[in-house]
Amino acid sequence: MNIMTEAAAEAALEKKMNTVPLKMVGKDVSVYYGEKRALFDVNLDVRENTVTALIGPSGCGKSTFLRTLNRMNDTIGGCRITGTITLDGEDIYDPSIDVVELRARVGMVFQKPNPFPKSIYENVAYGPRIHGLARNKADLDVLVEQSLQRAGLWNEVKDRLHESGTGLSGGQQQRLCIARAVAVSPEVILMDEPCSALDPIATAKVEELIYELRSNFTIVIVTHSMQQAARVSQRTAMFHLGNLVEENDTDKMFTNPDDQRTQDYIMGRFG
Amino acid sequence: MNEMIKPASGGLVPTAPTRRDIGIRRRYAAERRFRFYGLAAIAFGLAFLFILLWSVVSKGYTAFQQTEITLPIEFSEKVIDPGNKRATDPNVLVTANYPLLMRNALAEKLGVSATDRPALKQISAMVSDSARVTLRDMVAADPSIIGKTVPVTVLASANVDSAFKGQIDLSVAETNRKVSDQQIGWMNQLAEQGVLAKGFNTGLFVNGNSSRPEAAGLGVALVGSLYLMGIVLVLSLPIGVAASIYLEEFAPKNRLTDLIEVNINNLAAVPSIVYGLLGLAVFINFAALPRSAPLVGGLVLTLMTLPTIIIATRAALRAVPPSIRAAALGLGASQMQTIFHHVLPLAMPGILTGTIIGLAHALGETAPLLLIGMVAFVANVPATPLEPSTALPVQIYMWANEAERAFSERTSGAIMVLLAFLIIMNLGAIMLRRRFERRW
Amino acid sequence: MSTKLLLAILLAITAVAFALGRMRALSLSGGKLSTLHSRPNYYGAYVALVSFLPPLLLVAVWLTVSPFNVNSAVRDSFPDSVKAQSSAQQSLAFGMVSTLAQGLPMLSEDELASIKQDPARLQPVFAGKGLAIAAEAQPYMLDSAATLNAMRQRSQLALVTVAIALAIAGAFVGLRTVAPQLRARNKVERVILGSLVVASSIAILTTVGIVASMLSESLRFFSVVPASEFFFGTVWDPRFAGAGASSAGQFGLIPLLAGTLYIGLVAMLVAVPVGLFAAIHMAEYATPRMRAIAKPLLEVLAGIPTIVYGFFALVTVGPFLRDISASLNGLATGNYTSFIQAQSVLTAGIVMGIMLIPYVSSLSDDIITAVPRALRDGSLGLGATRSETIKRVILPAALPGIVGALLMTASRAIGETMIVVLAAGVAARMQLNPFEPMTTVTVKIVNQLTGDLEFTSPQTLVAFALGITLFCITLALNIYALYIVRKYREQYE
Repeated sequence: MNIMTEAAAEAALEKKMNTVPLKMVGKDVSVYYGEKRALFDVNLDVRENTVTALIGPSGCGKSTFLRTLNRMNDTIGGCRITGTITLDGEDIYDPSIDVVELRARVGMVFQKPNPFPKSIYENVAYGPRIHGLARNKADLDVLVEQSLQRAGLWNEVKDRLHESGTGLSGGQQQRLCIARAVAVSPEVILMDEPCSALDPIATAKVEELIYELRSNFTIVIVTHSMQQAARVSQRTAMFHLGNLVEENDTDKMFTNPDDQRTQDYIMGRFG
Repeated sequence: MNEMIKPASGGLVPTAPTRRDIGIRRRYAAERRFRFYGLAAIAFGLAFLFILLWSVVSKGYTAFQQTEITLPIEFSEKVIDPGNKRATDPNVLVTANYPLLMRNALAEKLGVSATDRPALKQISAMVSDSARVTLRDMVAADPSIIGKTVPVTVLASANVDSAFKGQIDLSVAETNRKVSDQQIGWMNQLAEQGVLAKGFNTGLFVNGNSSRPEAAGLGVALVGSLYLMGIVLVLSLPIGVAASIYLEEFAPKNRLTDLIEVNINNLAAVPSIVYGLLGLAVFINFAALPRSAPLVGGLVLTLMTLPTIIIATRAALRAVPPSIRAAALGLGASQMQTIFHHVLPLAMPGILTGTIIGLAHALGETAPLLLIGMVAFVANVPATPLEPSTALPVQIYMWANEAERAFSERTSGAIMVLLAFLIIMNLGAIMLRRRFERRW
Repeated sequence: MSTKLLLAILLAITAVAFALGRMRALSLSGGKLSTLHSRPNYYGAYVALVSFLPPLLLVAVWLTVSPFNVNSAVRDSFPDSVKAQSSAQQSLAFGMVSTLAQGLPMLSEDELASIKQDPARLQPVFAGKGLAIAAEAQPYMLDSAATLNAMRQRSQLALVTVAIALAIAGAFVGLRTVAPQLRARNKVERVILGSLVVASSIAILTTVGIVASMLSESLRFFSVVPASEFFFGTVWDPRFAGAGASSAGQFGLIPLLAGTLYIGLVAMLVAVPVGLFAAIHMAEYATPRMRAIAKPLLEVLAGIPTIVYGFFALVTVGPFLRDISASLNGLATGNYTSFIQAQSVLTAGIVMGIMLIPYVSSLSDDIITAVPRALRDGSLGLGATRSETIKRVILPAALPGIVGALLMTASRAIGETMIVVLAAGVAARMQLNPFEPMTTVTVKIVNQLTGDLEFTSPQTLVAFALGITLFCITLALNIYALYIVRKYREQYE
């Protein structure tokens, strides 16, 4: 390795990344809210078992793009989408695709922790219950425990599974929401600024968790913190004013971006 | 649950299967059922709304027409004043047998012999008893009319009115209905001759109450309701606005104002009949105000409406942004000046909307008025709010309790009048809101 | 001089005081308004208030107090034989005296003389003036009536003199104190603030009035009929005739309460599912267009006066249920008699339920839309269908608020009057068949208080005992409901 030139190392890494299969592919994706156009012909690939970070100044369309990936935009009145997005090669906006099934495969974690006003156990069991993923109570118990384990929350809550989820601290609530998403065993997990409402210590825990989850899930995360993107992601996409400015390996993006705007943003010239 | 602990990265974790059966078909069926229940519920509510309105309108629209008989009547001196004593005893003109004039004129028109007593009796039954008053008043107004023949319009009796409007089932055996075949024949004959015809029912809006459905009207009730609304408006608007200004702008936040707040919310939910009891005990029994008077009714309805107006006014005051207050205070206006010069005018559309809705509510209120005796038989229009009167909804209640079918028609007609007022008031409120709606 | 005229004079003095106060402030300023503490109008208003408020207060106090003084003085002038009688008879005598006093000024000299000679002529003479005198008047009453009139006149004269003097004195004092440094605006504003406080205290006074009036009348009732017989009695038979205390009937609350709750239950059974499903559909499924049309239309149901519902129940729903039950019975057994009566628990309950639909739906709609969007997104993001989200997340989250809304609706059902008056019937019975008529607390309040009233008979007073029972039940329901809803809203704020 050490005799390789820098350019050769870069090429090797690129080659390695390119061999990772594409989980989701967005092609010419545009989003309109009524008359207003929020996204302009975005082309973005999401690779399997990789963390892809979407960065950019606020209002740049990164959250909008994220929500198109599991059709959460459907719940907003007057929202229209053109272009195609595929999941394992299937167009998720095809009429034959069922949105409920899609969201079971592409889960989501939101900006503010939003546990249901139910017990911790019920929060995690919610997804498996509605989708019928557990055959019996014992199955469900196992599933809940595993999910909490994977979210790194088990040791903190195992003694109070039947207390309300809203009584946890902010960071714990967010990890509970991640456990809730994991419990459905989705293929992709979308995270919309999952740490923006958390303090630094809680943020560190969640970031650690995201890093670990990568081995089993494909993760797309929107973040306003470039440090966070650098810490947790392998690929980074930079959005600006509804356009995808640059998509690149995270290492490259933060050391030697191709685009002037990315460079300006990373240097803190705007944001 | 505890035996399954393994590291998070362990193999126990279910890897996402490519296609799982998550019961989509069954779940979408449930979804469709659920949606259907919601639609069905809305449809149920709306259906009843339309059935209710239809049942009122279909029964009531005919009340706005009234069958009248117009024919020349001879004010025969022989009948009115056979002894020619009217110069000495004015009572003669009051007690004279006026219906006989009417009967004779009709009998002549129909060619019935003056000796055919059963037939004459049936003819009498075709004319409203109110004809007596009509003719008497004509003579009282102009005694020189006696001896002359003058065309007169009187009301047909309620039964003929119903028959003429086609509301009586003629297939029923004659003995089981209130109009005989003979009378129907005469009725049609008179109608052909143009003597008997339907006209707009002005009496419905002018007359006082009467035990004869054809002569009963809403005149007293309309005036009574007008008094009530006037009193409620004059009292509840200033008091309500003053109370809201204090509570919203001046009151310190302490236990007392908290209590007032809870109290007002509760008063808004107190059953209206309790206000009637309050009015009976306080205004009539204690303060000795007259029973059945619109003044007392107005006071009771004011107390009932106040919470509604206060709640609406406070919401309107709260909707005025603090920046307006800050701007006025910053220029050196006192808090009182700020409120009366700037905040109140801006809140006025909201306040008026709330007031109109409160008034509309008070207009339809019945129960408290029953208790303070506004459920009285009043034939003469009250000149002041201290005289006995009824109100529109109470009149509806009284007529609803009458058995005769002609009253049922009038009840529905009265409901249509009441609803028309409510619609006008609510449309006014909506227009006010649309016109002055301000977004900050 | 009548009180109205007095008030007019006082107002005139006030107007003059206002003008003078304003002028004085202007002249003191010498044309430079900035030397004044307040605007000239405030000085005018200040002087006007100083001249108007004290006499107004005086008039108010005088008019409340003086009748008591005068009346007791007149009663003291009654002969000893009358004073020895019971207090009820004394009030009766006093009532007659005041009627006579009303009539005396209308009599001519001759008539007065003729009555004095022959008291028996009193009745016809007064009847000629349109005043009915019930019983035989006694000679002393005429004298008492004359005293009463004289005292009233004296009192009124004194009031007028003092009030006008006070007004003028107030105006002078006010004018004297006008000075550039006088904080006229602050003083005027303090008076305005005072009147605002008075206005808001009316809300409290109303509640106090409701409780006090009903409590005092109820206590009078309970002095005749023991409270235990009222609250636990199972027979309602007040026996209207011969309203003597000896023949007082039975006043059992239980059958009325049973009817109230039964009809309320039927109404809630209609209103809750329909209203709740309508609210859910409006909040979660309906397009904005449909919402804009259907929501106000449903709310029209809440705007229709209850008397209209009562009439609807009486002439449409009741007969319809009766006829359809007859047909059903005929189809089943061949016997065409109806098993549902036109006036029944079912009729009143169904119609009341329809009336309550918009209450349930708009209250629940507010509650459901108050559930944060984040919860909805959280559930949808996990792949739940809309109905699963509603059933498993939104409704459980909104449950406390919805329970509060339902309690408020229930209190409305319990206090509703006109529908049950027309559609439920008047028979106070305890039974479980919804097809039979039952009666309610509100119906009996109306029954007992329409017609001739005697504020001494238990037949009348029982209405207040019923009223306070009703008030307490609805108050408890509402306070609890408001508490729940408040806590619910705080949770999501």
